[in-house]
Amino acid sequence: MTQTSTAPVASGSSAPPPRGRERAGRLARWVPWACFAGAAVLVGLLWPVLDLNIALVVLYTVVLGTLAVYALARAVEGPRRATDRLVTCLVVSAFGVAMVPLFSLVWEVVSRGIERLDVEFFSYSLVGIIGEGGGAYHAILGTLVITALTTLISVPIGLMTAIFLVEYATGRLKRAITFLVDVMTGIPSIVAGLFAYALFALFLGPGIRLGIIGAVALSVLMIPVVVRSAEEVLKLVPNELREASYALGVPKWRTIVKVVIPTAIAGLGTGVTLAIARVVGETAPLLITLGITNATNLDPFEGRMATLPVFAYYQLTQPGVPPEFATDRAWTAALVLIMLVMGLNVVARLISRFFAPKTGR
Amino acid sequence: MAKRIDVSDLDIYYGNFLAVEGVNVSIEPRSITALIGPSGCGKSTFLRSLNRMHEVIPGARVEGKVVMDGVDLYGSDVDPVDVRRQVGMVFQRPNPFPTMSIYDNVAAGMRLNSKKMRKSELDDLVERSLRGANLWNEVKDRLDRPGAGLSGGQQQRLCIARAIAVEPDVLLMDEPCSALDPISTLAIEDLMTELKERFTIVIVTHNMQQAARVSEQTGFFNLSGVGQPGRLIEFNPTEKIFSNPDQKATEDYISGRFG
Amino acid sequence: MSSTRTTPPSPPGTGRSVRRPGDRVFAGTAKGAGILILVILAGVTAFLLVEAFPALIAPAEEIPGDGGLVSYIAPLVFGTLLAAVIALLVATPLAVAIALFIGYYAPRRLAQVLGYLVDLLAAIPSIVYGFWGIFWLAPKLVPLYEWLERNLGFIPLFAGPASTTGRTMLTVGLVLAVMILPIISAISREVFLQVPSLHREAALALGATRWEMIRMAVFPYGRSGVVGGAMLGLGRALGETMAVAIVLSVSGGITFNLISSGNPSTIAANIALEFPESSGLDINTLIASGLALFVITFAVNMLARAIVNRRADFSGAN
Repeated sequence: MTQTSTAPVASGSSAPPPRGRERAGRLARWVPWACFAGAAVLVGLLWPVLDLNIALVVLYTVVLGTLAVYALARAVEGPRRATDRLVTCLVVSAFGVAMVPLFSLVWEVVSRGIERLDVEFFSYSLVGIIGEGGGAYHAILGTLVITALTTLISVPIGLMTAIFLVEYATGRLKRAITFLVDVMTGIPSIVAGLFAYALFALFLGPGIRLGIIGAVALSVLMIPVVVRSAEEVLKLVPNELREASYALGVPKWRTIVKVVIPTAIAGLGTGVTLAIARVVGETAPLLITLGITNATNLDPFEGRMATLPVFAYYQLTQPGVPPEFATDRAWTAALVLIMLVMGLNVVARLISRFFAPKTGR
Repeated sequence: MAKRIDVSDLDIYYGNFLAVEGVNVSIEPRSITALIGPSGCGKSTFLRSLNRMHEVIPGARVEGKVVMDGVDLYGSDVDPVDVRRQVGMVFQRPNPFPTMSIYDNVAAGMRLNSKKMRKSELDDLVERSLRGANLWNEVKDRLDRPGAGLSGGQQQRLCIARAIAVEPDVLLMDEPCSALDPISTLAIEDLMTELKERFTIVIVTHNMQQAARVSEQTGFFNLSGVGQPGRLIEFNPTEKIFSNPDQKATEDYISGRFG
Repeated sequence: MSSTRTTPPSPPGTGRSVRRPGDRVFAGTAKGAGILILVILAGVTAFLLVEAFPALIAPAEEIPGDGGLVSYIAPLVFGTLLAAVIALLVATPLAVAIALFIGYYAPRRLAQVLGYLVDLLAAIPSIVYGFWGIFWLAPKLVPLYEWLERNLGFIPLFAGPASTTGRTMLTVGLVLAVMILPIISAISREVFLQVPSLHREAALALGATRWEMIRMAVFPYGRSGVVGGAMLGLGRALGETMAVAIVLSVSGGITFNLISSGNPSTIAANIALEFPESSGLDINTLIASGLALFVITFAVNMLARAIVNRRADFSGAN
């Protein structure tokens, strides 16, 4: 796979005479491939005999192929090169292993979720639904409301903090805030949910469930992401532009608002979009702050509210009888959630591509 | 319009580090004053102190006086932002605003300060400034294109147009040609000789021929050693500096026997 | 020219600058936002403390399980650490290998796309990992668990009886490993990229093979970055909620048996499962356990950041 480009180490005829026990031989390019092909054929022949499943077939093939490459290389090229080839095989296999969950997950969600990806899913709530039919209309709208509210809270705070860190702050306060933003990035989402609940329960009494609590919880998770990305982007704005603006007699705050932010706007947009993508799939904090309902409630200051991830969770874990209809809805909700997140990622990439300042150079 | 600047006993610090020490100089209106000297000797620092731009760097400050037509720029009630409106600056590397068109770049000084102007007035100002910077004929058909799309020399003239559009009294230029090719350099030098009719110009340059070509007065900065502050060694009419300088150090530097 | 560098007695330059009202307001707002971050973090701690307080002083028999707060939280802490450590042990070598693959083995033009594929793993919501874990991964692991019980049952970790659903601690650890893979590999990739090419070329010029070059030049340089990345991954695994809540079959207390259906829960998953149905002191107890989780992740993250930042300072000096 990647044996083609090898390090420019002295090799073959052009090398000086081999020293010590090192041998000058070199395996041809096709040899490793042939090893793996041979291993595959061997395992294929054994398949009926040993009652293997597909995972074991791949596993045996890779192991046998790797061993064959190593043995051959050791015989022909010497132990150092053989180790190098062994590591190459391992590293490539590791990447392959990491791709298994990605592809199986996407395949699983798409194939199971496509079932109920219909008009009804997007246009009906669960009011009066027992068994078949119904949809996530209420949950999708709820997710949009909560996400919008979260963005409304997080972006101004996050952006202003980033501006403070890049343009104003010095010394200990800057170091303290930078460090705590880093730490805040690592707050578990469920703890953010507990915090928001504790905050509101203190004033509104225990057992409270409101949309705004969820938005506050998600903001705790989103603000550090916004700060981080905005900070990186603002740092990239060349100081020359700030100086050019100051030299025209423009006050600092106007320079920031009219020169620095417009120059960085593409990066800021990308960062905010990715931050939204990060929180839109959050389940745990919403589970404990919003609860779930079957009806459509779009008022974040009044009563429980359904959201897509929590909807998916309850449809899966408390499906009712018979379970398959709710399970189908859960998978479709998961599919919609993935599409939402991937869509936001794509949008983020488009923003950074199309809104970047045109230099014309 | 053009004003004279009197600097007396100016010390410039970065934190506790004394970068430039004891500068006394008078800069004449309607003339070009060149500042020369080896790298790191404080000429750019001195230049930036003339419009309080050096304050942008945290910890930088000055002691002494910079008086422009009777007003101390470092007086307690003087707003640095106002100083910079009177003393414009052009930087070493052309730095047009990448988000703005050519037109908007020239109008930036007015727009960013949100001065209310009628469209026709603004059009006039942009044309006047671009003509003043000898750029009008080259860009008049593409005023709405990004300023960063111009060549380096054109960008630098765009920056000059941007600086003179706010109608300052003094124009500071920090090595304005060091990033440009010889032909663009010539265009900027021609422009400077035209602009000195209206402005007081102070230019920092590493190019001694340039100083000799364009300036009336020349100041030579030097520092006696690493970690020592820079000082103004000699300030004299350009002809004298280049033919018969008072100081040995100046002569050594000019004749290339420096260091 | 006999100038001396002196420190002026009092800096009159400062304090006399005139600031415009617009600047003052804007700078004040920005500073306020920055300080709000400090307030939020302090608030998280304070409100959790306040709401956890009733559980801290409650008599032991009123805490769920009748054994007091410590014996309620202890198995949860154990489960949290066990799942996270499994995830870390599986994910770290894999992530390092992936970072090496993308940085040094994959064809240049493909590398970026492959890196993006790994990053995609980070974009998938955790609840979807839960779905995948319980429906796809868990059933596929059942034969493996039976095999482990049969052949390695003498090791306490695999004592069995093997779960028939696959919803075990090991499965959870594997799911978490997949989830923290992208962050560890992203940070490893970053530090590997910072290895000065001079070091690498020097190694190659000495006749080293690619692996020897990595061992001589890349690993020594990138080690602390990898450790920091792994710690960040650990922090994420400790706090992961939904995937664990969905996949893990919970019952019983502290056990190292990774493949049976009796597992300790984790703090986060326990909160998610119990909170919606709880009231009164039970809520306070859950919040107290959340406080414990907060303290653990806070410590781990601080350590991780300290390691990663020290690395950044170091490479910045180069």
